[in-house]
Amino acid sequence: MAMTLSEKVLARAAGKDEVTPGEIVQTEIDWIMTNDATTHVSIDIFEQKLLKQEIKHPERVIWVVDHNIPAESVETANVHRKQRIFAGKHGFNSHVGEGICHQLLVEKYVLPGQVVIGADSHTCSHGALGAFATGVGSTDLVGAIREGSLWFMVPATLKFHLTGKLREGVTTKDLILTIIGDISANGANYRAMEFSGPAVSTLSFESRLALCNLVVEAGGKNAIMEADEKVVGYLRRNRPQGATGVVLQGDQGAAYEKFFHYDLSQIAPVVACPHAVDNVSPIIAVEGREIDQVFVGSCSNGRIEDLRILGRILKGNRVHSRVRLAVSPASTRVFLQALEEGLISTFLEAGAMVLNPNCSTCWGGCQAVVGDGERLLSTGTRNFKGRSGSALAEVFLGSVYSAGAAALAGKIVNPINYLGL
Amino acid sequence: MDYKGRVWKFGDNIDTDVIFPSQYMLLPTIEEMKVHTFEPLVANFHEKVRPGDMILGGENFGGGSSREQAPSVLKAVGITCIIAKSFARIFYRNAINIGLLAIVCNCYDEVHEGDVLSVDLAWQIIEVEGSELRFGFKSFPPHVTQMVAAGGLIEYINGSGR
Repeated sequence: MAMTLSEKVLARAAGKDEVTPGEIVQTEIDWIMTNDATTHVSIDIFEQKLLKQEIKHPERVIWVVDHNIPAESVETANVHRKQRIFAGKHGFNSHVGEGICHQLLVEKYVLPGQVVIGADSHTCSHGALGAFATGVGSTDLVGAIREGSLWFMVPATLKFHLTGKLREGVTTKDLILTIIGDISANGANYRAMEFSGPAVSTLSFESRLALCNLVVEAGGKNAIMEADEKVVGYLRRNRPQGATGVVLQGDQGAAYEKFFHYDLSQIAPVVACPHAVDNVSPIIAVEGREIDQVFVGSCSNGRIEDLRILGRILKGNRVHSRVRLAVSPASTRVFLQALEEGLISTFLEAGAMVLNPNCSTCWGGCQAVVGDGERLLSTGTRNFKGRSGSALAEVFLGSVYSAGAAALAGKIVNPINYLGL
Repeated sequence: MDYKGRVWKFGDNIDTDVIFPSQYMLLPTIEEMKVHTFEPLVANFHEKVRPGDMILGGENFGGGSSREQAPSVLKAVGITCIIAKSFARIFYRNAINIGLLAIVCNCYDEVHEGDVLSVDLAWQIIEVEGSELRFGFKSFPPHVTQMVAAGGLIEYINGSGR
């Protein structure tokens, strides 16, 4: 029977010829990621509840400290210490302060055709590599490290057929926010979201990561895209062994639950307004709102491509006197590249604060938070009440063009007009 | 009757960050975390809630983050059961995995805050005390039913002999 791409990846990992939506399969896991936001919870479950305290494949487990790093309190430092002892004892791959987990997994681990779980909802990002990747909680994580496998219900697939080309000043952040606004915060609940069509080849690999990163905000179980020569090229350049994984394609005639068509040339700059990611509005409808802080970073938009765009916007300009601009590169590798290209100097000369690679403002747990009644424009992932500090603050989500333009203007503006694009 | 408790009623899209805000996630234990349950929405929820209480949500309950702290603090303050029109996927899975019942039922419009509900798992019926109202709900898939019966995923693995 013809299968979608997600079904093919799951079938392969489950050792089955075919799987169908709704079927429950026990699936081998290639990579299991856990970060400092929840690893301590998993450790307590492992040590206090599990009878047979064994780890099937410690070499497949990746522990990343990216949420509250550097530690902002003694309490957090002690939680990190507890995690570090556990990770060291069991021989996990460990990364402390080197970058955001989803970026590190792209730089170092995930390959096309693999199955990845992470104790972090934005694990769906890795669908851009043609992998099946989804977020889980602490108990699932313990089950997976114990058994090396986990049960999944095979999701039905929503197919997003993409045509046309994004115009300058519009990014995949605008595209995915537009889609989330259209289908709502649970429009893809329990579903795979597959992005395909002639427009995919026009999108850079990094911008595809940003597209896949936010599908969970529509309830999606995973995002998936076929790995093409751009993905394989990235892997050849960035992985020492040059491994490129198993590139799978969906079958002709596979059954999709629903089709959607988006003409990328029709996508305009949008923002997600407080306090829901599906509360999406054309940016022109909220122009003029004053901004107190701008954040560029996160697993959504903290990659070199984003920093290059910000650099072009800030070059030779000063950040508006009202605005605090915080920039956090997504990883050490991204930071070093930005340094080499002179982008960090550009940011600092423009009046920005450059922070270490971490989840930062988007997570609101350790740095660059906003106060009561303040308004933040963020390239991050979520704008829930209290997400980036005060529950009385307003968080708008938008592209790096919208963020950079707002940092200069001191208010929300249409980046296409403001930047003369 | 399996569960009986008083209802706390919330709206649609109750997300993980309002159930349990990010800034408390690195507290050392669930016991220390639980005092911040629902902090952005209900002041001192942990003091007002009574063991056995239930939560009634609208659409997409638990949307957002994968943080298991969200269902865990609800369980820790004494919530036994969450009933909603629909759940976000990861929250639903996390709740089942820790032995916190998550039930999809269309009783939202007719049940009010403070009502006392009885939930019968075997018969898949929810009754509202002091009224004739009864609502059915769908059973879990067989694999999930086994985990619910075991008390959660870890208990299921412990009992499987694997």
